[in-house]
Amino acid sequence: MYPELGQIALILALLLAVLLSVVPLVGSVAGRDQLQAFARPLSAGMFVFVALAFGILTRAFVTDDFSVAYVANNSNSMLPWYYKFSAVWGGHEGSLLLWILMLVGWTLAVAVFSRRLPAVMVSQVLAVLGMVTVGFLLFTIITSNPFDRTLPNVPADGADLNPLLQDFGLIVHPPMLYMGYVGFSVAFAFAIAALINGKLDAAWARWSRPWTTVAWAFLSLGIALGSWWAYYELGWGGWWFWDPVENASLLPWLSGTALMHSLAVTEKRGVFKSWTVLLAIVTFSLSLLGTFLVRSGVLTSVHAFASDPDRGTFLLVLLAITIVSSLTLYAFRAPVVHVRSRYGSLSREIFLLLNNVLLVAATLLVLVGTLYPLVLDYLDMGRLSIGEPFFSLTFSPLAIAAGLLLGAGIFSRWKKTDGGWLGRKLLWPLAVSVVVTAAVMVGYGEFKPWAFAGVFAAVWVSVATFWDLWDKSGSKKGRLYGLRRQSRSYYGMVLGHLGLAITMAGATVVSNYGVERDVRMSPGDTASAGGYQVTFTEIGNRRGKNFTAEYGRFEVSDSNGRVVSTLYPEKRQYMVQRNTMTEAGIDAGLFRDVFVAIGERVSDDAWAIRLQYKPLVRWLWLGSLFMAAGGFLAISDRRYRIRDKVTETQSSTASQDGDRSRPDPAGALS
Amino acid sequence: MHPIRKKRLTIILFLLAGVSVAVGLTTYALRQNINLFYDPSQIAEGEAPVDVRIRAGGMVEEGSVIRDPESLRVEFKVTDFTSSVLMEYTGILPDLFAEGQGVVAMGRLDGNGRFVADQVLAKHDENYMSPEVKEAMDKAAGKRAALPDGHGEATASY
Repeated sequence: MYPELGQIALILALLLAVLLSVVPLVGSVAGRDQLQAFARPLSAGMFVFVALAFGILTRAFVTDDFSVAYVANNSNSMLPWYYKFSAVWGGHEGSLLLWILMLVGWTLAVAVFSRRLPAVMVSQVLAVLGMVTVGFLLFTIITSNPFDRTLPNVPADGADLNPLLQDFGLIVHPPMLYMGYVGFSVAFAFAIAALINGKLDAAWARWSRPWTTVAWAFLSLGIALGSWWAYYELGWGGWWFWDPVENASLLPWLSGTALMHSLAVTEKRGVFKSWTVLLAIVTFSLSLLGTFLVRSGVLTSVHAFASDPDRGTFLLVLLAITIVSSLTLYAFRAPVVHVRSRYGSLSREIFLLLNNVLLVAATLLVLVGTLYPLVLDYLDMGRLSIGEPFFSLTFSPLAIAAGLLLGAGIFSRWKKTDGGWLGRKLLWPLAVSVVVTAAVMVGYGEFKPWAFAGVFAAVWVSVATFWDLWDKSGSKKGRLYGLRRQSRSYYGMVLGHLGLAITMAGATVVSNYGVERDVRMSPGDTASAGGYQVTFTEIGNRRGKNFTAEYGRFEVSDSNGRVVSTLYPEKRQYMVQRNTMTEAGIDAGLFRDVFVAIGERVSDDAWAIRLQYKPLVRWLWLGSLFMAAGGFLAISDRRYRIRDKVTETQSSTASQDGDRSRPDPAGALS
Repeated sequence: MHPIRKKRLTIILFLLAGVSVAVGLTTYALRQNINLFYDPSQIAEGEAPVDVRIRAGGMVEEGSVIRDPESLRVEFKVTDFTSSVLMEYTGILPDLFAEGQGVVAMGRLDGNGRFVADQVLAKHDENYMSPEVKEAMDKAAGKRAALPDGHGEATASY
């Protein structure tokens, strides 16, 4: 009974979405206010019905309703309740429903938080979001209905959730990632609306900015959670594999980062408009491409649940329609470039332009590395793979270059920056960074050119960020007063850039100074890794709720022989799917992780053991927490709340004079 | 030159520079890092290059896994039921590595037709088989079906 209600709710949501994508748009074009007024109630109704469907699916999981095929395939009565809950998005159909829930959630948020926007803009933005929702609801209802029944042959128990996914990381990773992916649809909708009514002005950029920033912050968190999950759950201590599925999430992040920065220029200086619109379209298209890659079964991985050619085709058509129609609109409506405001060849605008060039180059690179093997395979021109060396070789120089430019760009001014002044300004931060980087190299005991470059870029970014904060917070009324005078969006930028520096430092150090050893050990043996002694003391068995495990006990002692921790890595045998899973034992620390994982049994009394010493590995994810916090702080800035319609119409002209009157809202996330 | 045109020119030059650096790096890196896949029959026929990093895969032959008693070195044969190739690997094998299961390995062929792997991948779960292994199996099965004595049934269980 309930599953059918869920189905009906989805169909009703689809009908509302169709209305939403037509009625307000017609109203806005024909200038009929009463039609435009439908936009908000329709958005709310759409949300209610999708949420209802989602609630019904969740209920089916919690009550073990195995007459629903999706539940039977992805759950089991032995599963702990929290995994039953997260299993809702543990498979294809449910994760798609979660995606749609996020989409209508964002739509509702736009409807609620856009009271100060002109009605025409709101109805068009909501209509575009409605169209996207139509696409995905059709996809769900036609190809991936989560409410399909197994009647009359209801299985006695479910096939269980993939053990890899039975983990805290999975409970939070997909929702965060989807918030990011789907969030870019708002930036996309704003861009399309602006193209439709031909108003690509500073006000448009100001409205798009907070939505883009918050989507970007969620995406950063989602990617970091995925990487963290891969690190401890896939069992072998890697944190980024340049797997196509990971790249699929990195692509919109890279272009989204570029979008965030070019929106800042568009808002403040009224330039780069067409470029910004294009980036908004590209970023959302990359989000769709990511969905296509991950969900279509083109790729075989833990994310590709089932390969059904219909689904792939449907998504590809959806992607094609989105890209072709938005680019066509762009071609006809993008403003003819007439640069009203001038900027010098050395200015903040130029630094941000370079930032965009580097980010777009990085996006293209990852795109090529990801799609090239797929395209060749599709054309039957051979099977090949492009692995980690390709990406490290090409991505690292771009990341380092971006870091170096960022440090200099922080000090630059809008319109024109004096080269000599900038050079003198950079001298001291440069000296400090060289000294700190050299100290780090000495600390890790080995000079490596790549490590030096990466650490230097990270230190340089953070020194420049703090230097700038120090400069700006100088005040006759004291330092504290000066610090308090800075806007939240400025602090958001500071946090975001520090986060980037932290992640860069972590990535560089762990890849260059990490130690990984595979050793053969019997109970009683000791082996060393990165200055730590690891003693294998015993092996035993235990039972979990839905698995049995063989565990090892390992004592980790430091160079002074003091025991710092005891680890219990496991090899689990899941009962329903008969899968073996490796659970690593990790002694986590801010400056290093010691990582022990049990491999296969190689003889009666010996096991293959992986020992790893991972310096600064936590910084990878810590950095993204900083970035996300920076994003959230920036959107809480009061300038996004207190502007009313009067200032909005003024803002396009006001922004021309560079906005130097206030501490530096201009620098928000730039 | 008119300042606006000059500006546009700078932007275009910047973009061109960025794109050409990216293209240059990409082609350079691609040349070094493309790993082609070969199945055991191709290796047996000498189609695969020696001492170039390639990928190879198939089923782990029953009873072919030999472990070194002192270290983590392991030898096993990978077959597509027409030909097989001897592989050598030192390290931890994936959880789902087992005789009779599909694997894909990354490594180099030495002069004696032995494949020295630096990475071994097994399937993620029960229902998944690497498309390459599947293709190699199908191809080999097709070949055998063409033979008169019909050894083809051997694949039926896979």
